[in-house]
Amino acid sequence: MDVLSGLMQGFAVALQPVNLLWCFLGVILGTVVGIMPGLAPSGTIAMLLPLTFAMNPAAAMIMLAGIYYGAKYGGSTTAILLNVPGESASVVTCLDGHQMARNGRAGPALGIAAIASFIAGTVGVLGLMLVAPPLARMALAFSSPEYFALMSLGLAMVVLLAGRSLVKALLAMLVGLWLSGIGTDLFSTTSRFVFGQLELLSGIDFVVVAIGVFAIGEVLACMEVRGQGQLLPVPRGLRNLLPTRRDLKDSRFAFANGSVIGFLIGVLPGAGSTIASFISYGVEKAVSRRREEFGRGVVEGVAAPEAANNSETGGALVPLLTLGIPGSTTTAILLAALVLWGFKPGPLFISDNPALFWGLVASMYIGNVMLLVLNLPLVPLFAQVLRAPGYVLYPLVFGVSMVGVYSVSGSLFDLGLLAAFGLLGYLMRKLDYPAAPLILGLVLGGGMERALRQSLMMSDGSLSILATRPISAVMLSLALLILLIPLFNKVNSWRLRALEQNGGVP
Amino acid sequence: MKRVGTPDFWSGLALAGLGAYIITEAAQWEYLGQDGPGPGFFPLWYGIAMAALSLGLVVSSVFRQPGSDERIDWGKASRALAAWVALALSVAALKLLGFLVAFAALIFFLVAVMYREPLRVAATMALASAAAFYVLFALALGVPLPAGVLGF
Repeated sequence: MDVLSGLMQGFAVALQPVNLLWCFLGVILGTVVGIMPGLAPSGTIAMLLPLTFAMNPAAAMIMLAGIYYGAKYGGSTTAILLNVPGESASVVTCLDGHQMARNGRAGPALGIAAIASFIAGTVGVLGLMLVAPPLARMALAFSSPEYFALMSLGLAMVVLLAGRSLVKALLAMLVGLWLSGIGTDLFSTTSRFVFGQLELLSGIDFVVVAIGVFAIGEVLACMEVRGQGQLLPVPRGLRNLLPTRRDLKDSRFAFANGSVIGFLIGVLPGAGSTIASFISYGVEKAVSRRREEFGRGVVEGVAAPEAANNSETGGALVPLLTLGIPGSTTTAILLAALVLWGFKPGPLFISDNPALFWGLVASMYIGNVMLLVLNLPLVPLFAQVLRAPGYVLYPLVFGVSMVGVYSVSGSLFDLGLLAAFGLLGYLMRKLDYPAAPLILGLVLGGGMERALRQSLMMSDGSLSILATRPISAVMLSLALLILLIPLFNKVNSWRLRALEQNGGVP
Repeated sequence: MKRVGTPDFWSGLALAGLGAYIITEAAQWEYLGQDGPGPGFFPLWYGIAMAALSLGLVVSSVFRQPGSDERIDWGKASRALAAWVALALSVAALKLLGFLVAFAALIFFLVAVMYREPLRVAATMALASAAAFYVLFALALGVPLPAGVLGF
């Protein structure tokens, strides 16, 4: 199926009224989640995942993806008006966005963020559409050793970019691998790490861990303080939100730079939208004729990171849908969603499920248009969400989390696990252990062990199979090199600078 | 042993304990059989890696110069931990009280005690939220909610 006919089929799926409705709900919810500091799309998607089991998978995927990219639009609103990133990828937008707002240009800052998000979001989807099918065809040549190497490479990237301490990131990943190993080993039917609990024989549900670590852990961290930040006034009326012709001219390169960098970084596992926006901002500053004004409220300083942040979404879906390898926490949760609905993300995903893949791609075009149309006139309304007191919002997150977990298994034991993982998520934040490697270790652990054991069966127990096959040898060498990076001072200082901007969240 | 009280020291020690547990358990399972690696193969290696890395973290935390960013603000943390205890208690009470009562009690505690809102605000929030959850999830979406001894 060529790209054009695939896209036509996708629009036929995405334009069904019910799918348009789910797309609309997803982008609205995503925008609200992006606006709320402390609530991340990963936690929201994890929380809502159980409630999608009764839905048509295409509709559910369209809605969850809408939350994913919608949150990136919303994050800029909080960054600009409150100087607090609504989600981690908006950290860089605070630098110039909030300064523009303080200079009385909140409207154009919000407007340029929405326009940059729209342009780059569309470019990202275009990239996904063009890159994913050929990559999937290439990945058909992969066997167990290549998959093991690929997963090792993905985990190494996530570990490298997840936290200031590589040791802590590695430890978090190992805890994830351990959690993935709890339950019955399918090769030998041996029960592993079940502590005598029958409920653990089938393993720990990914949903329980994801909701606990992200939703409950985040809310607990938010509940540490009672107060809220000072919100700058929101301009009303579309005319006050539109950037000037000069603003658009100044942002031309930033749109292109952010779109390309965002997509390329998105394809790499582990880097994520925060790193993408940071690099795009750096490139924009480096090539700008007025680089000394960056940080004081220049419009390109908003356009570049917002573009990169949104284009990254399309890139991040490439390895997820073609290789079954998620590069970030949100895509890890989307992977779990696909598996729970009975799909097998990997090289055959697009050819086996063209309606789902192309429907998702088409819905992302539509969702980006919806977000642009909604975000410009409705920013003042969305900003009111920031005035919602914590005592209204946070207990509701507890409630939705509990209902979500119970709806999956109907087990009170899993609700106990939810509380335990909530505490773990909170403690990881306090003790500076990144959560992304844990969740990726959990998602990839089972597949990694399976791939390793199958590889060793192929080679009669010899590890040399991983080194003698060219693709796996290259990927494992890269993974090793990545883990050795902290030993090189210059590269490591770049990594740490990136993470300071990032807050350690891929 | 100058700095045995740091978060890194204690978290490293806890993870070293987990690593030791994983190694001990994995050692009891088949490592390499006729059909290839057994159930103990993979856990043994990540257990060893976990024990080694966490001991490294413990040792480095003892000899590293103290940094201000390592301290935990226990005042703030106690608020979060109190919220977690309330959540854990409401989960424990689900079997007896059911979701609606346990959830309403959780909300009442969080709003009245942690956010120090007036009791009538807390009571309204608790009742309205429980009712909204019942209508939305149980009635509209057909999602089952844990029932207590009273049947709801």
